[in-house]
Amino acid sequence: MTRPAWAPQEVDIDRPSAARVYDYYLGGSHNFAVDREMARAAIADWPDLPRVMQANRAFMRRAVRYCAAQGIDQFLDVGSGIPTVGNVHEVAQAEDPTARVVYVDIDPVAVAHARALLADDTRTGVVHADFLDVDAVLGDPMTRAVLDLDRPVALLVVALLHFVGDERRPADALARYRDALAPGSHLVLSHASADIMPPEQADEHVALYRRTATPMSMRPHDEVVGFFDGFTLLDPGVVGLPFWRPDGPVPAGADRNPGYAGVGRRD
Amino acid sequence: MTEPGRAGLRPRPPDQDDARRDGDAVHALARDWAAEVEGTSYVPMGSDELVEYLTEISADLVAALRARPADTGVGLEAGRRLVAAHFTGPSTVERTIVLLATRLPELLGDEVRADVTVLIGALAAGYSTTLRDRTLDEQEAIRRAVIVARHQTEQALHASEARFRAMFYEAAIGIGLGDLQGRIVEVNPKLTELFGYTAQEMRRRTVGELAHPDDLPSVWVQYERLLAGELDNFGVEKRFYRKDGEEIICNLTLSLVRDEHGDPAYQVAMLEDVTERHLLQSHLEYQAYHDTLTTLPNRALFSARIERIFDSTPPHSARRIGICFLDLDGFKAVNDSLGHEVGDLMLQAVATRLAEQATDGELVARMGGDEFVVLVENSRGVAQLVALAERLLDALGRPLVLAGQELSVTASIGIVERPVADGDTSDLMRAADITLYSAKADGRGRWALHDPSRDEAEVTRFALSAAMPVAIEREEFFALYQPLVAMSDHGMRGVEALVRWHHPQLGVLGPGRFIGLAEETGAIVALGHWVLVRACRDARRWYDEFGDAAPFVSVNVAPRQLHEPNLLGDVEVVLAETGLPPHLLQIELTERALTSDEGAPLKALDGLRALGVRIAIDDFGTGYSNLSYLRKLPVDVIKLDGSFGEGLREADAADPVDERILGTLVELGHALGMTVCAEGVETAAQAARLRRLGCDEGQGWHFAAALPREDIGDVLRDPAGPPWPGPARDAVTGPSVS
Repeated sequence: MTRPAWAPQEVDIDRPSAARVYDYYLGGSHNFAVDREMARAAIADWPDLPRVMQANRAFMRRAVRYCAAQGIDQFLDVGSGIPTVGNVHEVAQAEDPTARVVYVDIDPVAVAHARALLADDTRTGVVHADFLDVDAVLGDPMTRAVLDLDRPVALLVVALLHFVGDERRPADALARYRDALAPGSHLVLSHASADIMPPEQADEHVALYRRTATPMSMRPHDEVVGFFDGFTLLDPGVVGLPFWRPDGPVPAGADRNPGYAGVGRRD
Repeated sequence: MTEPGRAGLRPRPPDQDDARRDGDAVHALARDWAAEVEGTSYVPMGSDELVEYLTEISADLVAALRARPADTGVGLEAGRRLVAAHFTGPSTVERTIVLLATRLPELLGDEVRADVTVLIGALAAGYSTTLRDRTLDEQEAIRRAVIVARHQTEQALHASEARFRAMFYEAAIGIGLGDLQGRIVEVNPKLTELFGYTAQEMRRRTVGELAHPDDLPSVWVQYERLLAGELDNFGVEKRFYRKDGEEIICNLTLSLVRDEHGDPAYQVAMLEDVTERHLLQSHLEYQAYHDTLTTLPNRALFSARIERIFDSTPPHSARRIGICFLDLDGFKAVNDSLGHEVGDLMLQAVATRLAEQATDGELVARMGGDEFVVLVENSRGVAQLVALAERLLDALGRPLVLAGQELSVTASIGIVERPVADGDTSDLMRAADITLYSAKADGRGRWALHDPSRDEAEVTRFALSAAMPVAIEREEFFALYQPLVAMSDHGMRGVEALVRWHHPQLGVLGPGRFIGLAEETGAIVALGHWVLVRACRDARRWYDEFGDAAPFVSVNVAPRQLHEPNLLGDVEVVLAETGLPPHLLQIELTERALTSDEGAPLKALDGLRALGVRIAIDDFGTGYSNLSYLRKLPVDVIKLDGSFGEGLREADAADPVDERILGTLVELGHALGMTVCAEGVETAAQAARLRRLGCDEGQGWHFAAALPREDIGDVLRDPAGPPWPGPARDAVTGPSVS
């Protein structure tokens, strides 16, 4: 029987999970054989993949630091996945020890792990919710306890929306977040794209993710820019992951990076 | 730790040069190291931080090499710190080992090579140990997270299942789950309650056993389609038998539940008991279609039945229909004298007697009040209806005993019997209505048979009254003007406006054909207004052309207009719009209009007079002429009815009594300061006598018939011209409007 909407999602570790696969790409061991098998298959198709994931993670780190430098001390990381090395709260609290972070994910295992990891940290909170259910995310008592939504928040939607197809109207959800957030809030967003990939490689990769509970849809540059509707897109705009305000010289081959990143401000 | 071949060697105390050289070596090593490993693992650091972090480790390694024998603990710690910083990529450790093995001897001298090897070995050990611990920790953490997540999910599932079970067990509707073979698998308590079986008994039954003889075949067709996966659900109102044999009616919704592959898996039935609702509905229907007092079918049921007959009979069918329309004679008097309770008892008793005569399937209905109807849906001819009417009258012939008194009752019956195809429901009912009234007119306790010629006039009346509002809009009416002449010199003083209807089919109709109807329907208000406007406009033209010689115009106002609240305002507006001086307008009212009521109408007259408008009493002497009342009326002119002058027409044989009466009326009018006008002056002799009696004005064929506006102008332009057009000019001149 199909699962009715009111029944909770089951914990199925016989299927790969995007969150655990991502952990593996980053060198973590918060994963199972089924995740590693899928990750290895993906890397075999696309040897650059771990480097792409690292670039994504590095973008997130730079963006969090940037936001912290703008005086933002509240972070809402939606689709945070398995808390692995270089978490948002570590980066943010390194800049500002009073920074507050709420992690949101739909994967019950990721959420359980994050809760275990952050149990003693009162400046962080973990919420089990779907990005698209904006009311559930913003209305969760944990969100309300940790964040003050009347003040600017950095909303992190990092490597998430390529798991949300157009039919689920991710732009509508973003618009609702935008409307709910205080002026001065920032949107930090990265997104996989097939723009610089050979089409067959992109197709294979998308096909691979169909095995997970979170199938994948790549988007072109203009659609990723479209997600910043209502935000002022900050320099340098929506660019390849390594090119968003790099710390130093951009490594050779960075232009092959098939992901876009950008930060926008709600004025 | 002391190693073979190194015994006895003491570390040389470092001097300043050594320190500077080592510092350079540390920085060179860290820089090269960072360049080698950058990108091989994900470490949450920028390039500068990476160099800084590796500088610390490099410094420790260099220091350890300087402090011979090298402390392997430093190597272990370096390995541990690499993993701690998340240098977990396999190529990181590979590149690190190669780099250290090559660059450290280059930077510090060949003599450290052996110690470098030892340190690298320790680093590898520290690295692998830490990585192994970390991996195990992370694996444990993620497994623990899975357990927690599963536990929470189970709890949530348990809670939602508990909710679901509560819903299933507590539901106010019956719910049953069946498999694709039609076996009942699970039922909720409400369903067992509905059917009177225990859950176990229900589970032994199949869906097919729930069939009912009244089921439409389509129900079971849909059921098969649902099981085949062609339908996802359907709803139907269906009867079922309970275990005790009693019948229940349920709203049944049947839904198909599919498995994860989309294939049919189960069927779910939801049953809502609507038996009570059905009972209530039939009760309400009964109430809607039955008269509560007599329990007979009511007008609604009769109308529905008769509509069905007309709708279902093809145009050329020979089917005949008959009705007896019955009304009690003098029932109002019964109610008034004996009270409504007795009246109600009488209606009940009459209803019973009438119903007893309906032995041939006739429908007996109470139409309202004391009206009843008996419908013969398939009449065999007039004789059948006449016989029925006589039976009905006979049945009422025996006295009724009501509330201890013996009362006799009679009724009149209108009979209509005709082919269904000859008309429609309203024709039939109108004919019945007319026939009933002719039966009443013929005397009580009788029946009358519908006579089509008899009600032709009635039908015309209906048609005319219905057409009138549109006719007013279409200007089908027009005005003629009959001069009002000074008796002294036969000069035209004024004209009376008389309305005619130029009916598109019937030609020109005189007021007798439509004024009465207009008064009944209320169209008189609009028509009267139209005449007022028309007359004032025409009078204004005469005034423009003839000035002081122009005639006043006299316009009839019906009693109903007098009761319109804005008559005065209306007249004011018309005068203002047409520009007619008020003294050239005269309003004619009947005596009846003036005396039947008081108050408001008289106020309106006072207002009109205040404007300067004259008021005339029309047809004076035909009503109940209260002479003393005349004194109080705000009236300027009395128009004596033509009947008074009838006896004066013949030149040589005047009736002295008539003459005396007329003389008195004229004197009375003059005494009250009124102008006296004689209507219906038809002969010269009459005119001469009326003048002698003192009449001021005269009107009649002797002077002029009702003329079109243009003719009035002609007469005024040439008073000495040819004689005024007489009766021949206008054949339809009838009595004046009122």
